Amino acid sequence: MPPAPDAVAALKGGWAGVTERASLDHPAVNVPAADLLGVLGALKGAHGFDMLADVAGVDWGEGAKPRFSVVYHLFSTSTHAYVRVASDCPLDSAPELPSATGLWPGANWHEREAFDMFGIRFAGHPDLRRIIMWDGYAHYPLRKDFPLAGVESALPDAEITAETGVGTIAAPMMGGPFVASTGQMNMGEAEPRAKDESWNERRPKPGA
Amino acid sequence: MPTEHAFPDSAAKGTLGGSDAERLSISMGPSHPSTHGVLRIQLELDGEVVTKADPVIGYLHRGDEKIAENMTYNQFVPYTDRLDYLAPLANNMAYAIAVEKLAKLEVPPRCQAIRVITAEMARISSHLLGLGAFGIDVGAWTVFLYTFTEREKLYKLFEELTGARFTTSYSRIGGVSRDVPPGWLERVDAFCVQFLPNLEEVLNLLTRNKIFMDRTSGIGVISKEDAIAYGLTGPNLRGSGVPLDLRKDRPYSGYEQYDFDVAVGTQGDSYDRYLVRGEEMRQSVRIIRQAVAKFPPGKWCAEDARRIVAPRKDKVLTSMEELIQNFMIVTEGPQMPPGEVYFEAENPKGALGFFVVSKGGGVPWRLKIRAPSFCNLSILPKLCVGAMVADIVAILGSLDFVMGECDR
Repeated sequence: MPPAPDAVAALKGGWAGVTERASLDHPAVNVPAADLLGVLGALKGAHGFDMLADVAGVDWGEGAKPRFSVVYHLFSTSTHAYVRVASDCPLDSAPELPSATGLWPGANWHEREAFDMFGIRFAGHPDLRRIIMWDGYAHYPLRKDFPLAGVESALPDAEITAETGVGTIAAPMMGGPFVASTGQMNMGEAEPRAKDESWNERRPKPGA
Repeated sequence: MPTEHAFPDSAAKGTLGGSDAERLSISMGPSHPSTHGVLRIQLELDGEVVTKADPVIGYLHRGDEKIAENMTYNQFVPYTDRLDYLAPLANNMAYAIAVEKLAKLEVPPRCQAIRVITAEMARISSHLLGLGAFGIDVGAWTVFLYTFTEREKLYKLFEELTGARFTTSYSRIGGVSRDVPPGWLERVDAFCVQFLPNLEEVLNLLTRNKIFMDRTSGIGVISKEDAIAYGLTGPNLRGSGVPLDLRKDRPYSGYEQYDFDVAVGTQGDSYDRYLVRGEEMRQSVRIIRQAVAKFPPGKWCAEDARRIVAPRKDKVLTSMEELIQNFMIVTEGPQMPPGEVYFEAENPKGALGFFVVSKGGGVPWRLKIRAPSFCNLSILPKLCVGAMVADIVAILGSLDFVMGECDR
């Protein structure tokens, strides 16, 4: 079984769109959405990365181009090496990638999670439903524009919400969780603070 | 023999006794005693036989990954306690190593040894609970009482070391929060010595127990191929005969120094998964005793990394340099370079992975947690079909999942 760096070189030779991805640990490649299944299949077959360890959606922030990526980590049960495969979603408004469920049935739940948390759709997925949040939940919580406190929404059982007028509410953020400013050091801004200070007990939340 | 009952084949074809039988849909959980937390399985039954199983998860979702993006690296350590809350020390270590990889930071050998000892103690504690709960699920109550007696002794040791029995929050980025207290290593060794005969007594209650064997052998068989295809890890993978153990295959925290065997099953059934866990506890004792015997001197955190590790508390209020350093680390967080790392540790439940995306600074841009219980449960829709309802209980018990980790 060839070691993982050879696999990256072979992929770059075989697919014109595949480029090496900056990485601090494992070999990593960027793959265009159209080549994704081919590359994953080649890694699984010819290069022996037979186990899908993880699938992670990433939101690079509002306004980032492209905004959404999906990062796959594959593991080889024979050479015990990892490889990272990242693919950007072509459309920011309707992010979509092909589903890897045909290669690994274990991708099913991982892709449902990425759909649930980021709204990334996977074409060809047999059962693309929400997995952690409830069916009918209207938001994608791990997107960067979703507030840490959460947003008001109906309960999973809409009938109960209609009858009682009770829904889920945003978490009170007074007193924490604390965050620190990143990047440029400014002692005034380095004080711990609640991330969203635009509202508190006395001042209502904007838009609520 | 449970394997020979006549129903599964006919159930797979969707018929029972030659005619289309009526299907019954029931919810197992989220507060069923055998679902160990808040797992719900939506079962479709044909008589006693499961024709469809749809696990419904998320009841314990707390948004850990969202929270991680909004706090510094050290502040997230207590949240890792609450992933697999039966082995918090192992989670603390896996998370710390992942972030240290990002910073390219080496921790001193003493810190590595402490982490190995605590992680293996956590493994014993987790497997003891898994075993006790599995026993209850299939009708062997006594086991639980024995295993919890042993766990209590471990909790005493955890409390001495970390100050907490359950939610330990012991690791820091670049080390551990404090050194081992005087005499603690001897007490760990003494625990190991008395634990081995007690473990044999517990395992003797089950290993050749006719009822237990009938309830578990041949039940919930996972083939090697399926185990790999579904991304199973830990004892559930090794129970199917795949000798994969990250402590051996990709050693971290100095595991390569210790001599231990990887327990592997042959049939991939519930009984094999039980046997693997039993043997893993014996091997954990071996590792702990080796680590205690050659416990290295030195520091317990990488004090030289001044932008990552907080200074010693006695220096903070007496020295200006350390005061500033402490202030910076508390407010800004440990300073990390931009980049991506992925690290998996061999936790009691399987491979716990952290994918850290950093844009620099003290807060991760994205922290993806690869929860072994999540992956292990994803095989349920396949595993449950054709089983009897009572077998579901034995299957769940043998998979030994924890929902805190699955739902995050």
